[in-house]
Amino acid sequence: MNIPSDLKYTKDHEWIRVEGDIATVGITDYAQNELGDIIFLDITSTLGDSIKAGVELGTIEAVKTVSEIISPADGLITGINEQINENPSVVNTDPYNEGWMVKIKLDNKFDRSSFLSDSEYKELIGI
Amino acid sequence: MSLKRTAFFNIHKNLGAKLVDFAGFEMPVQYESIVKEHLAVRESVGVFDVSHMGEVEVSGDGAFEFLQNLTTNDISKLNPNGVQYSAMCNENGGIIDDLLVYNMNDKYMLVINASNIDKDLSWMREQADSNVTISDISDSTSLLAVQGRHSLNVLRKICGVDLSGLKYYTFTEGSIEGIPVLISRTGYTGEEIGFELYFSSDVDTSEKIWKVLFDAGSEFDIKPVGLGARDTLRLEFAYRLYGNDMDETTNPIEAGLGWITKLSKGNFIGSEAISAVKDRGISRKLVGFIIDGRLPARHGYEVYKDGIKTGYVTSGSLSPVLQKNIGLAYVNKDNSEIGGTIEINIRGKMASAEIVKTPFIN
Repeated sequence: MNIPSDLKYTKDHEWIRVEGDIATVGITDYAQNELGDIIFLDITSTLGDSIKAGVELGTIEAVKTVSEIISPADGLITGINEQINENPSVVNTDPYNEGWMVKIKLDNKFDRSSFLSDSEYKELIGI
Repeated sequence: MSLKRTAFFNIHKNLGAKLVDFAGFEMPVQYESIVKEHLAVRESVGVFDVSHMGEVEVSGDGAFEFLQNLTTNDISKLNPNGVQYSAMCNENGGIIDDLLVYNMNDKYMLVINASNIDKDLSWMREQADSNVTISDISDSTSLLAVQGRHSLNVLRKICGVDLSGLKYYTFTEGSIEGIPVLISRTGYTGEEIGFELYFSSDVDTSEKIWKVLFDAGSEFDIKPVGLGARDTLRLEFAYRLYGNDMDETTNPIEAGLGWITKLSKGNFIGSEAISAVKDRGISRKLVGFIIDGRLPARHGYEVYKDGIKTGYVTSGSLSPVLQKNIGLAYVNKDNSEIGGTIEINIRGKMASAEIVKTPFIN
Protein backbone atom coordinates (compact mmCIF):
# COMPACT_ATOMS: atom_id res chain seq x y z
CA MET A 1 0.00 0.00 0.00
CA ASN A 2 1.53 3.26 -1.14
CA ILE A 3 0.77 6.25 1.12
CA PRO A 4 3.22 9.00 0.10
CA SER A 5 4.56 11.15 2.92
CA ASP A 6 4.42 14.42 0.97
CA LEU A 7 0.59 14.39 0.68
CA LYS A 8 -2.25 15.21 3.07
CA TYR A 9 -5.23 12.91 3.53
CA THR A 10 -8.89 12.97 4.50
CA LYS A 11 -11.13 10.51 6.32
CA ASP A 12 -12.95 10.09 2.98
CA HIS A 13 -9.81 8.35 1.63
CA GLU A 14 -8.80 11.24 -0.58
CA TRP A 15 -5.38 12.82 -0.90
CA ILE A 16 -4.60 16.47 -1.42
CA ARG A 17 -1.40 17.99 -2.84
CA VAL A 18 -1.07 21.73 -2.23
CA GLU A 19 1.12 23.77 -4.56
CA GLY A 20 0.77 27.53 -4.02
CA ASP A 21 -2.96 28.14 -3.72
CA ILE A 22 -3.91 25.15 -5.89
CA ALA A 23 -4.88 21.82 -4.37
CA THR A 24 -4.88 18.67 -6.49
CA VAL A 25 -7.25 15.99 -5.23
CA GLY A 26 -7.60 12.28 -5.85
CA ILE A 27 -8.39 9.03 -4.08
CA THR A 28 -5.81 7.03 -2.15
CA ASP A 29 -4.19 3.76 -3.07
CA TYR A 30 -6.26 2.19 -0.29
CA ALA A 31 -9.48 3.62 -1.79
CA GLN A 32 -8.74 2.46 -5.33
CA ASN A 33 -7.92 -0.99 -4.00
CA GLU A 34 -11.18 -1.14 -2.04
CA LEU A 35 -13.22 0.02 -5.04
CA GLY A 36 -11.60 -2.34 -7.52
CA ASP A 37 -11.59 -1.73 -11.27
CA ILE A 38 -12.50 1.91 -11.89
CA ILE A 39 -14.68 2.39 -14.96
CA PHE A 40 -15.85 6.02 -14.93
CA LEU A 41 -15.28 9.34 -13.19
CA ASP A 42 -18.42 11.46 -13.12
CA ILE A 43 -17.56 14.93 -11.80
CA THR A 44 -20.82 16.87 -11.71
CA SER A 45 -19.23 20.16 -10.65
CA THR A 46 -17.92 22.28 -13.54
CA LEU A 47 -14.89 24.51 -13.96
CA GLY A 48 -15.31 27.76 -12.05
CA ASP A 49 -17.82 26.36 -9.57
CA SER A 50 -17.45 27.67 -6.07
CA ILE A 51 -17.46 24.72 -3.69
CA LYS A 52 -17.39 24.10 0.03
CA ALA A 53 -15.51 21.41 1.91
CA GLY A 54 -17.70 18.36 2.40
CA VAL A 55 -19.87 18.77 -0.70
CA GLU A 56 -20.12 16.01 -3.29
CA LEU A 57 -18.19 16.86 -6.46
CA GLY A 58 -19.30 13.74 -8.30
CA THR A 59 -18.87 10.01 -8.20
CA ILE A 60 -16.31 7.40 -9.11
CA GLU A 61 -17.78 4.24 -10.61
CA ALA A 62 -16.13 0.86 -10.19
CA VAL A 63 -17.34 -2.44 -11.61
CA LYS A 64 -18.86 -3.50 -8.29
CA THR A 65 -19.64 -0.24 -6.57
CA VAL A 66 -19.82 3.52 -6.66
CA SER A 67 -18.29 6.08 -4.34
CA GLU A 68 -18.66 9.84 -3.89
CA ILE A 69 -15.87 12.31 -4.46
CA ILE A 70 -16.08 14.82 -1.60
CA SER A 71 -14.50 18.25 -1.77
CA PRO A 72 -11.76 18.42 0.86
CA ALA A 73 -11.67 22.22 0.93
CA ASP A 74 -13.45 25.50 0.10
CA GLY A 75 -12.51 27.11 -3.20
CA LEU A 76 -13.07 27.18 -6.95
CA ILE A 77 -12.85 24.21 -9.31
CA THR A 78 -10.01 24.98 -11.70
CA GLY A 79 -9.34 21.56 -13.17
CA ILE A 80 -11.07 18.26 -13.86
CA ASN A 81 -9.07 15.29 -15.12
CA GLU A 82 -11.04 14.44 -18.26
CA GLN A 83 -8.23 12.06 -19.28
CA ILE A 84 -9.37 9.55 -16.68
CA ASN A 85 -12.32 8.54 -18.80
CA GLU A 86 -10.04 7.74 -21.73
CA ASN A 87 -8.44 5.11 -19.51
CA PRO A 88 -10.16 4.80 -16.12
CA SER A 89 -7.77 2.09 -14.92
CA VAL A 90 -5.18 4.83 -14.42
CA VAL A 91 -6.90 5.51 -11.08
CA ASN A 92 -6.02 1.94 -10.08
CA THR A 93 -2.48 1.98 -11.40
CA ASP A 94 -1.38 5.54 -10.60
CA PRO A 95 -3.81 7.11 -8.10
CA TYR A 96 -1.45 9.89 -6.96
CA ASN A 97 -0.31 11.21 -10.34
CA GLU A 98 -2.10 10.34 -13.59
CA GLY A 99 -5.18 9.42 -11.55
CA TRP A 100 -5.75 12.89 -10.03
CA MET A 101 -9.38 13.99 -10.24
CA VAL A 102 -9.92 17.70 -9.56
CA LYS A 103 -7.91 20.85 -8.91
CA ILE A 104 -9.23 23.44 -6.50
CA LYS A 105 -8.09 27.06 -6.12
CA LEU A 106 -8.07 27.33 -2.35
CA ASP A 107 -9.49 30.35 -0.61
CA ASN A 108 -7.31 32.05 1.98
CA LYS A 109 -8.96 30.31 4.93
CA PHE A 110 -7.35 27.01 3.91
CA ASP A 111 -5.95 25.20 6.94
CA ARG A 112 -3.41 22.52 6.16
CA SER A 113 -3.44 21.28 9.75
CA SER A 114 -7.05 20.08 9.44
CA PHE A 115 -5.87 17.18 7.23
CA LEU A 116 -4.34 13.86 8.16
CA SER A 117 -0.64 13.24 7.74
CA ASP A 118 0.50 10.05 6.03
CA SER A 119 1.09 8.38 9.40
CA GLU A 120 -2.32 9.44 10.71
CA TYR A 121 -3.93 8.15 7.52
CA LYS A 122 -2.07 4.85 7.79
CA GLU A 123 -3.42 4.52 11.31
CA LEU A 124 -6.95 5.19 10.01
CA ILE A 125 -6.71 2.34 7.48
CA GLY A 126 -4.89 0.08 9.91
CA ILE A 127 -1.52 -0.41 8.23
CA MET B 1 -21.42 -14.97 14.38
CA SER B 2 -18.06 -15.78 12.84
CA LEU B 3 -17.79 -16.26 9.11
CA LYS B 4 -17.40 -19.72 7.66
CA ARG B 5 -14.35 -20.49 5.56
CA THR B 6 -13.85 -22.90 2.71
CA ALA B 7 -10.93 -25.34 2.53
CA PHE B 8 -9.18 -22.85 0.21
CA PHE B 9 -9.18 -19.96 2.68
CA ASN B 10 -5.43 -19.97 3.29
CA ILE B 11 -4.75 -20.18 -0.42
CA HIS B 12 -6.96 -17.13 -1.05
CA LYS B 13 -5.26 -15.27 1.73
CA ASN B 14 -1.78 -16.09 0.48
CA LEU B 15 -2.77 -14.98 -3.01
CA GLY B 16 -3.73 -11.60 -1.57
CA ALA B 17 -7.42 -11.93 -2.41
CA LYS B 18 -9.84 -9.31 -1.20
CA LEU B 19 -12.10 -11.30 1.12
CA VAL B 20 -15.70 -10.35 1.79
CA ASP B 21 -18.67 -11.74 3.68
CA PHE B 22 -20.80 -13.58 1.16
CA ALA B 23 -23.75 -15.52 2.56
CA GLY B 24 -21.91 -16.00 5.83
CA PHE B 25 -18.70 -17.18 4.17
CA GLU B 26 -15.42 -15.33 3.98
CA MET B 27 -14.98 -15.49 0.21
CA PRO B 28 -12.61 -13.98 -2.36
CA VAL B 29 -14.38 -11.23 -4.32
CA GLN B 30 -11.27 -10.57 -6.40
CA TYR B 31 -7.60 -11.47 -6.47
CA GLU B 32 -6.18 -8.85 -8.80
CA SER B 33 -8.89 -7.25 -10.90
CA ILE B 34 -12.45 -8.25 -11.73
CA VAL B 35 -11.96 -7.23 -15.35
CA LYS B 36 -8.71 -9.18 -15.77
CA GLU B 37 -10.19 -12.26 -14.09
CA HIS B 38 -13.28 -11.97 -16.28
CA LEU B 39 -11.21 -11.81 -19.45
CA ALA B 40 -9.01 -14.71 -18.31
CA VAL B 41 -12.11 -16.91 -18.30
CA ARG B 42 -13.34 -15.59 -21.66
CA GLU B 43 -9.92 -15.96 -23.30
CA SER B 44 -8.31 -18.95 -21.58
CA VAL B 45 -9.23 -20.55 -18.24
CA GLY B 46 -10.04 -19.51 -14.69
CA VAL B 47 -10.70 -21.31 -11.41
CA PHE B 48 -13.37 -20.29 -8.90
CA ASP B 49 -13.76 -21.51 -5.34
CA VAL B 50 -17.51 -21.91 -5.02
CA SER B 51 -17.39 -24.29 -2.08
CA HIS B 52 -19.85 -22.06 -0.25
CA MET B 53 -22.61 -23.48 -2.45
CA GLY B 54 -24.83 -26.02 -0.72
CA GLU B 55 -24.99 -29.71 -1.66
CA VAL B 56 -27.85 -31.89 -0.54
CA GLU B 57 -28.26 -35.60 -1.22
CA VAL B 58 -31.76 -36.94 -1.68
CA SER B 59 -32.18 -40.71 -1.56
CA GLY B 60 -34.73 -43.37 -0.74
CA ASP B 61 -37.64 -45.03 -2.56
CA GLY B 62 -39.58 -41.78 -2.62
CA ALA B 63 -36.76 -39.58 -3.95
CA PHE B 64 -38.08 -39.34 -7.51
CA GLU B 65 -41.64 -38.40 -6.50
CA PHE B 66 -40.32 -36.03 -3.86
CA LEU B 67 -38.18 -34.11 -6.36
CA GLN B 68 -40.88 -34.17 -9.03
CA ASN B 69 -43.15 -32.43 -6.50
CA LEU B 70 -40.46 -30.13 -5.11
CA THR B 71 -38.91 -28.78 -8.29
CA THR B 72 -40.31 -27.08 -11.39
CA ASN B 73 -38.38 -29.02 -14.04
CA ASP B 74 -39.24 -32.58 -15.08
CA ILE B 75 -37.09 -35.11 -13.20
CA SER B 76 -38.36 -37.90 -15.51
CA LYS B 77 -36.27 -36.27 -18.26
CA LEU B 78 -33.12 -36.37 -16.13
CA ASN B 79 -31.03 -39.39 -17.12
CA PRO B 80 -28.42 -41.01 -14.89
CA ASN B 81 -25.23 -38.91 -15.01
CA GLY B 82 -27.30 -35.98 -16.18
CA VAL B 83 -27.61 -32.55 -14.60
CA GLN B 84 -30.75 -30.45 -14.70
CA TYR B 85 -31.24 -26.75 -13.98
CA SER B 86 -34.40 -26.26 -11.96
CA ALA B 87 -36.13 -24.20 -9.31
CA MET B 88 -38.23 -24.80 -6.26
CA CYS B 89 -41.23 -22.63 -5.57
CA ASN B 90 -43.62 -22.03 -2.74
CA GLU B 91 -47.39 -22.57 -3.09
CA ASN B 92 -47.76 -19.05 -4.48
CA GLY B 93 -45.29 -19.79 -7.24
CA GLY B 94 -42.63 -17.60 -5.62
CA ILE B 95 -39.10 -18.86 -6.20
CA ILE B 96 -37.52 -20.30 -3.06
CA ASP B 97 -34.27 -21.09 -4.86
CA ASP B 98 -32.81 -22.10 -8.18
CA LEU B 99 -30.69 -25.22 -8.22
CA LEU B 100 -28.95 -27.98 -10.11
CA VAL B 101 -30.17 -31.56 -9.79
CA TYR B 102 -27.67 -34.38 -10.38
CA ASN B 103 -28.97 -37.87 -11.13
CA MET B 104 -26.41 -40.14 -9.43
CA ASN B 105 -28.20 -43.40 -10.23
CA ASP B 106 -29.04 -44.48 -6.68
CA LYS B 107 -29.61 -40.96 -5.37
CA TYR B 108 -29.82 -37.33 -6.40
CA MET B 109 -27.64 -34.40 -5.45
CA LEU B 110 -29.05 -30.88 -5.35
CA VAL B 111 -26.73 -27.90 -5.56
CA ILE B 112 -28.27 -24.84 -3.97
CA ASN B 113 -27.34 -21.23 -3.27
CA ALA B 114 -25.18 -20.64 -0.19
CA SER B 115 -27.48 -17.92 1.11
CA ASN B 116 -30.44 -20.31 1.00
CA ILE B 117 -29.00 -23.48 2.54
CA ASP B 118 -30.88 -23.32 5.85
CA LYS B 119 -34.11 -22.13 4.27
CA ASP B 120 -34.00 -24.78 1.53
CA LEU B 121 -33.24 -27.61 3.95
CA SER B 122 -36.12 -26.79 6.25
CA TRP B 123 -38.46 -26.39 3.26
CA MET B 124 -37.34 -29.74 1.83
CA ARG B 125 -37.69 -31.50 5.18
CA GLU B 126 -41.23 -30.13 5.53
CA GLN B 127 -42.14 -31.69 2.18
CA ALA B 128 -40.43 -35.05 2.71
CA ASP B 129 -42.05 -38.23 4.00
CA SER B 130 -40.38 -41.28 5.53
CA ASN B 131 -39.47 -42.68 2.09
CA VAL B 132 -37.01 -39.88 1.50
CA THR B 133 -33.65 -39.23 3.14
CA ILE B 134 -32.21 -35.71 2.93
CA SER B 135 -28.54 -35.26 3.82
CA ASP B 136 -26.78 -31.94 3.89
CA ILE B 137 -23.24 -32.61 2.63
CA SER B 138 -22.36 -28.92 2.11
CA ASP B 139 -19.67 -28.77 4.78
CA SER B 140 -17.93 -31.94 3.61
CA THR B 141 -17.88 -30.89 -0.06
CA SER B 142 -15.43 -28.64 -1.88
CA LEU B 143 -16.46 -27.21 -5.23
CA LEU B 144 -14.17 -25.63 -7.78
CA ALA B 145 -15.37 -24.30 -11.12
CA VAL B 146 -12.81 -24.53 -13.92
CA GLN B 147 -14.15 -22.43 -16.78
CA GLY B 148 -13.00 -21.30 -20.19
CA ARG B 149 -11.86 -22.69 -23.52
CA HIS B 150 -8.69 -24.22 -22.09
CA SER B 151 -10.41 -25.87 -19.10
CA LEU B 152 -10.61 -29.18 -20.96
CA ASN B 153 -6.91 -28.98 -21.85
CA VAL B 154 -6.06 -28.47 -18.19
CA LEU B 155 -8.29 -31.23 -16.87
CA ARG B 156 -7.28 -33.79 -19.50
CA LYS B 157 -3.75 -33.58 -18.12
CA ILE B 158 -4.77 -34.48 -14.57
CA CYS B 159 -8.07 -36.39 -14.59
CA GLY B 160 -7.93 -40.12 -14.83
CA VAL B 161 -10.82 -40.17 -17.28
CA ASP B 162 -11.54 -39.07 -20.86
CA LEU B 163 -13.55 -35.86 -20.74
CA SER B 164 -13.66 -35.03 -24.44
CA GLY B 165 -16.98 -36.86 -24.84
CA LEU B 166 -18.56 -35.39 -21.71
CA LYS B 167 -21.62 -33.52 -22.93
CA TYR B 168 -22.93 -30.23 -21.60
CA TYR B 169 -24.96 -30.80 -18.40
CA THR B 170 -23.65 -34.30 -17.77
CA PHE B 171 -21.09 -35.55 -15.27
CA THR B 172 -18.71 -38.40 -14.64
CA GLU B 173 -16.72 -39.82 -11.77
CA GLY B 174 -13.00 -39.26 -12.13
CA SER B 175 -9.97 -38.73 -9.98
CA ILE B 176 -7.16 -36.26 -9.59
CA GLU B 177 -3.99 -37.55 -7.90
CA GLY B 178 -6.02 -40.51 -6.71
CA ILE B 179 -8.64 -38.28 -5.08
CA PRO B 180 -12.21 -39.09 -6.20
CA VAL B 181 -13.73 -36.12 -8.02
CA LEU B 182 -17.18 -35.68 -9.51
CA ILE B 183 -16.54 -33.86 -12.78
CA SER B 184 -19.51 -31.99 -14.16
CA ARG B 185 -19.67 -30.15 -17.46
CA THR B 186 -21.59 -27.20 -16.04
CA GLY B 187 -20.91 -23.64 -15.03
CA TYR B 188 -22.22 -20.17 -14.38
CA THR B 189 -20.02 -18.26 -16.81
CA GLY B 190 -21.65 -18.98 -20.17
CA GLU B 191 -18.46 -20.62 -21.41
CA GLU B 192 -19.19 -23.52 -23.71
CA ILE B 193 -16.31 -25.44 -22.19
CA GLY B 194 -16.31 -25.40 -18.42
CA PHE B 195 -16.37 -27.87 -15.57
CA GLU B 196 -17.32 -28.01 -11.94
CA LEU B 197 -15.39 -30.35 -9.65
CA TYR B 198 -16.86 -31.75 -6.43
CA PHE B 199 -14.62 -33.47 -3.92
CA SER B 200 -13.87 -33.80 -0.21
CA SER B 201 -13.52 -30.55 1.71
CA ASP B 202 -10.59 -31.96 3.66
CA VAL B 203 -8.07 -29.10 3.60
CA ASP B 204 -5.05 -31.15 2.50
CA THR B 205 -7.10 -32.82 -0.23
CA SER B 206 -8.56 -29.54 -1.43
CA GLU B 207 -5.24 -27.71 -1.43
CA LYS B 208 -3.67 -30.58 -3.35
CA ILE B 209 -6.30 -30.37 -6.08
CA TRP B 210 -5.91 -26.59 -6.32
CA LYS B 211 -2.14 -26.99 -6.70
CA VAL B 212 -2.39 -29.72 -9.31
CA LEU B 213 -4.88 -27.63 -11.29
CA PHE B 214 -2.67 -24.56 -11.27
CA ASP B 215 0.46 -26.55 -12.15
CA ALA B 216 -1.35 -28.15 -15.08
CA GLY B 217 -2.86 -24.81 -16.10
CA SER B 218 0.29 -22.70 -16.00
CA GLU B 219 0.92 -23.17 -19.72
CA PHE B 220 -2.55 -21.69 -20.31
CA ASP B 221 -1.98 -18.83 -17.87
CA ILE B 222 -4.69 -20.19 -15.58
CA LYS B 223 -5.96 -17.61 -13.08
CA PRO B 224 -7.89 -17.68 -9.81
CA VAL B 225 -11.19 -15.85 -10.26
CA GLY B 226 -13.24 -14.23 -7.52
CA LEU B 227 -16.95 -13.81 -6.99
CA GLY B 228 -16.83 -10.34 -8.55
CA ALA B 229 -15.98 -11.74 -11.96
CA ARG B 230 -18.34 -14.65 -11.42
CA ASP B 231 -21.11 -12.05 -11.26
CA THR B 232 -20.02 -10.10 -14.37
CA LEU B 233 -19.51 -13.35 -16.30
CA ARG B 234 -22.97 -14.67 -15.50
CA LEU B 235 -24.56 -11.31 -16.29
CA GLU B 236 -23.11 -11.25 -19.82
CA PHE B 237 -25.13 -14.42 -20.37
CA ALA B 238 -28.14 -13.06 -18.47
CA TYR B 239 -28.03 -15.96 -16.04
CA ARG B 240 -30.31 -15.10 -13.16
CA LEU B 241 -28.85 -14.57 -9.70
CA TYR B 242 -31.00 -15.56 -6.75
CA GLY B 243 -31.63 -12.65 -4.41
CA ASN B 244 -31.02 -10.14 -7.19
CA ASP B 245 -33.06 -11.16 -10.21
CA MET B 246 -35.47 -13.50 -8.47
CA ASP B 247 -36.75 -14.28 -5.01
CA GLU B 248 -39.93 -15.44 -3.30
CA THR B 249 -41.84 -12.42 -4.67
CA THR B 250 -41.11 -13.35 -8.30
CA ASN B 251 -42.48 -16.31 -10.22
CA PRO B 252 -40.51 -18.35 -12.78
CA ILE B 253 -42.53 -17.08 -15.74
CA GLU B 254 -41.82 -13.38 -15.22
CA ALA B 255 -38.21 -14.26 -14.30
CA GLY B 256 -37.79 -15.84 -17.73
CA LEU B 257 -37.54 -19.35 -16.30
CA GLY B 258 -40.56 -20.75 -18.11
CA TRP B 259 -38.17 -23.12 -19.88
CA ILE B 260 -37.46 -24.95 -16.63
CA THR B 261 -41.09 -24.87 -15.48
CA LYS B 262 -42.81 -27.97 -16.83
CA LEU B 263 -46.50 -27.58 -16.08
CA SER B 264 -47.17 -30.57 -18.35
CA LYS B 265 -45.45 -32.98 -15.94
CA GLY B 266 -48.39 -32.81 -13.50
CA ASN B 267 -48.88 -31.04 -10.20
CA PHE B 268 -45.93 -29.80 -8.19
CA ILE B 269 -45.56 -27.22 -5.44
CA GLY B 270 -46.55 -23.89 -6.93
CA SER B 271 -47.87 -25.32 -10.20
CA GLU B 272 -51.44 -24.09 -9.68
CA ALA B 273 -50.31 -20.55 -8.99
CA ILE B 274 -47.87 -20.60 -11.91
CA SER B 275 -50.56 -22.03 -14.16
CA ALA B 276 -52.86 -19.18 -13.16
CA VAL B 277 -50.13 -16.67 -13.97
CA LYS B 278 -49.74 -18.22 -17.40
CA ASP B 279 -53.49 -18.11 -18.02
CA ARG B 280 -53.96 -14.47 -17.14
CA GLY B 281 -50.59 -13.40 -18.54
CA ILE B 282 -47.64 -11.92 -16.69
CA SER B 283 -47.80 -8.28 -15.61
CA ARG B 284 -44.03 -7.72 -15.67
CA LYS B 285 -41.03 -9.32 -17.24
CA LEU B 286 -37.31 -9.57 -16.63
CA VAL B 287 -35.55 -7.94 -19.59
CA GLY B 288 -31.97 -7.25 -20.59
CA PHE B 289 -30.85 -3.72 -21.34
CA ILE B 290 -27.81 -1.84 -22.60
CA ILE B 291 -27.31 1.68 -21.29
CA ASP B 292 -26.48 4.52 -23.67
CA GLY B 293 -23.80 6.11 -21.51
CA ARG B 294 -21.01 5.31 -19.14
CA LEU B 295 -22.81 5.24 -15.81
CA PRO B 296 -23.68 1.65 -14.89
CA ALA B 297 -27.06 0.76 -13.37
CA ARG B 298 -27.11 -1.17 -10.13
CA HIS B 299 -29.54 -3.37 -8.22
CA GLY B 300 -32.59 -1.43 -7.07
CA TYR B 301 -32.40 1.56 -9.43
CA GLU B 302 -35.82 2.64 -10.72
CA VAL B 303 -36.82 2.20 -14.35
CA TYR B 304 -39.12 4.61 -16.19
CA LYS B 305 -40.91 4.68 -19.52
CA ASP B 306 -41.96 8.11 -20.80
CA GLY B 307 -41.53 9.52 -17.32
CA ILE B 308 -43.70 6.91 -15.60
CA LYS B 309 -42.18 4.30 -13.33
CA THR B 310 -42.28 0.88 -14.97
CA GLY B 311 -39.96 -1.25 -12.84
CA TYR B 312 -36.55 -1.62 -11.30
CA VAL B 313 -33.07 -2.86 -12.07
CA THR B 314 -32.17 -6.25 -10.61
CA SER B 315 -28.56 -6.56 -11.85
CA GLY B 316 -26.23 -4.15 -13.57
CA SER B 317 -22.57 -3.91 -14.44
CA LEU B 318 -20.06 -2.97 -17.04
CA SER B 319 -19.66 -5.83 -19.50
CA PRO B 320 -15.90 -6.31 -19.77
CA VAL B 321 -16.31 -7.96 -23.18
CA LEU B 322 -18.73 -5.44 -24.72
CA GLN B 323 -17.32 -2.46 -22.80
CA LYS B 324 -20.92 -1.34 -22.37
CA ASN B 325 -23.12 -1.09 -19.31
CA ILE B 326 -25.56 -3.97 -19.28
CA GLY B 327 -28.20 -5.15 -16.87
CA LEU B 328 -31.45 -6.91 -16.11
CA ALA B 329 -34.66 -5.22 -14.95
CA TYR B 330 -38.26 -6.05 -14.24
CA VAL B 331 -40.48 -3.82 -16.35
CA ASN B 332 -44.22 -3.76 -17.02
CA LYS B 333 -45.12 -6.23 -19.75
CA ASP B 334 -46.31 -3.36 -21.99
CA ASN B 335 -42.83 -1.82 -21.89
CA SER B 336 -40.83 -5.01 -22.31
CA GLU B 337 -40.51 -5.21 -26.09
CA ILE B 338 -37.04 -5.88 -27.56
CA GLY B 339 -35.73 -2.70 -29.16
CA GLY B 340 -37.80 -0.44 -26.91
CA THR B 341 -36.16 2.22 -24.78
CA ILE B 342 -36.42 2.77 -21.06
CA GLU B 343 -34.92 5.33 -18.73
CA ILE B 344 -33.01 4.39 -15.61
CA ASN B 345 -32.68 6.72 -12.67
CA ILE B 346 -28.99 6.57 -11.83
CA ARG B 347 -28.79 8.53 -8.59
CA GLY B 348 -30.87 11.38 -9.99
CA LYS B 349 -29.61 11.25 -13.58
CA MET B 350 -31.88 9.69 -16.17
CA ALA B 351 -29.95 7.37 -18.49
CA SER B 352 -31.51 5.98 -21.65
CA ALA B 353 -31.27 2.23 -22.19
CA GLU B 354 -32.34 -0.10 -24.95
CA ILE B 355 -34.08 -3.38 -24.22
CA VAL B 356 -32.10 -6.09 -26.00
CA LYS B 357 -32.18 -9.81 -26.57
CA THR B 358 -30.18 -11.87 -24.12
CA PRO B 359 -27.61 -13.28 -23.72
CA PHE B 360 -25.69 -10.06 -24.24
CA ILE B 361 -22.84 -11.96 -25.88
CA ASN B 362 -22.69 -15.30 -27.67
